[in-house]
Amino acid sequence: MQALVCQPTAAPALFSAEGAVGVIFLLTVALVVTGALIAVNANRLVRAVAGLAVCFTGLAGVYYFLLSPFLAMMQMLIYVGAVSILIAFGIMMATPEEQQTTGMKHRSILAGPLAFSVGALIFAALTVLGLKTQWQVFPRQGAFDIKAVGMSLLTTHSLVFELISIVLLMAIIGALVLAQRGRN
Amino acid sequence: METSIWRALLYLVGIMAFAGLNAAYLGWCERKGAARIQRRIGPCEAGYAGLLQPLADGLKLMSKQLLVPDGVDGIIFRVAPVLAMIPAITSMVVIPFSENIGARAMELSVLLLFALASISMIAILLGGWASGNKYAVISAARSVSQNLAYEIPMLITVITVVLISGSLNLREIAIDQQGGFWHWNIFRLENGHFLTMWISFIIFFICSVAETNRAPFDMAEAESELVAGFMTEYGSMGFGLFMMGEYLNIVVGACLTATLFLGGWDCPFGKTPGVWWFLIKIYILIFTFIWIRWTYPRTQIYRLLNLSWKILIPFSLINLLITAALIKVF
Repeated sequence: MQALVCQPTAAPALFSAEGAVGVIFLLTVALVVTGALIAVNANRLVRAVAGLAVCFTGLAGVYYFLLSPFLAMMQMLIYVGAVSILIAFGIMMATPEEQQTTGMKHRSILAGPLAFSVGALIFAALTVLGLKTQWQVFPRQGAFDIKAVGMSLLTTHSLVFELISIVLLMAIIGALVLAQRGRN
Repeated sequence: METSIWRALLYLVGIMAFAGLNAAYLGWCERKGAARIQRRIGPCEAGYAGLLQPLADGLKLMSKQLLVPDGVDGIIFRVAPVLAMIPAITSMVVIPFSENIGARAMELSVLLLFALASISMIAILLGGWASGNKYAVISAARSVSQNLAYEIPMLITVITVVLISGSLNLREIAIDQQGGFWHWNIFRLENGHFLTMWISFIIFFICSVAETNRAPFDMAEAESELVAGFMTEYGSMGFGLFMMGEYLNIVVGACLTATLFLGGWDCPFGKTPGVWWFLIKIYILIFTFIWIRWTYPRTQIYRLLNLSWKILIPFSLINLLITAALIKVF
């Protein structure tokens, strides 16, 4: 559990506890990458959404490895359980089956290389940032406590909390307006 | 001992066996119960009182060809039944069967159960869509709107329990209710929680019936309207896995209800707590599921959604407010 402050040392043996943890970590990362690739390359929209769900599940695993089980559960609950399902639902309800494609077949030749270079740039920038920054290591404060999360959400991070409520309010008003318009 | 590989293996085998036995024999219980309620005999040929029937059914399902019809989305069609089964078994990892029996006493285990439940929702959605069958797509759409609608009041009522127990850990919630039925969350005497908690219990139970897609809320699998809903195109073990997933979801729902509201493994009179009380409670709850299914006719989809959005959600919100106020006042 001291993974937060670990320095790159010699790779642990495969059949030790650390080795097994490493293999599981690689599997989660593979899940993220595979899911993302499916989401980007799939020809059918529902497959792309399924890939997105796989990617979110892998991300939850990554959060778990970053010692944040609460975030991992929330990722599953909100992104896999609500967001992907709502997207899939919208696709199934809104469009006839012939149009449920991502339009991958007739795209411009430049799209692929352009997207790749933008992605590579962002990745390189983040990598440089991550390696150059002097990270300040926060000690872990005791066992996980839901109370601490609630406390910090309502004191230190109360601005975020208020912003969330404003976003929710806007979403509700937007939904009401849309529904009203549909009725007339 | 806590990190020993034997402990992990033992729990793995134990949970698999418990899940498999329940999935097989709840089918038998359901058929027998249905038969009694409809004044029939039910399965009686294979073995004494038809006790070998699940075995015969399993062999039959496994020996049939795994048929993948033309025009389905091959990969998703094959993955969906597996996805329906896995989360139900995985959920059993965090269920505390008794004080000393429970694979993992994880913080946030309540959240984990709901996170896993959302995966089985995806399974139904993908299975229905991949079949490429109009009935299956209608069924998937129905089932998702139903599950989304009923997840909200369910989570809100769970918050009332979490407020009272002050923990998201199922084991700690159960330990908090030890010592006789007046400590159970449903009848809790202290702080006057018994005034509102039975409402929570009723809302939670209705929601868990709806979440497991059981009659009177089995809009997803309405035989008389949609053939068999999202399972229409599935044969052999694909269908078998969906059925097992459904029964295991019932078991998990009953375990969750027993732990959150009925004191987990606690004895009603505070004498002999143990795993047997937990099993008695969950099987009474499961019997109630079967009883409800064969007693009430199916509702309609808009009534079902109205019940959730117009009645259950407002009631559960008011209930949450009152519970929080009671905790603050006393």
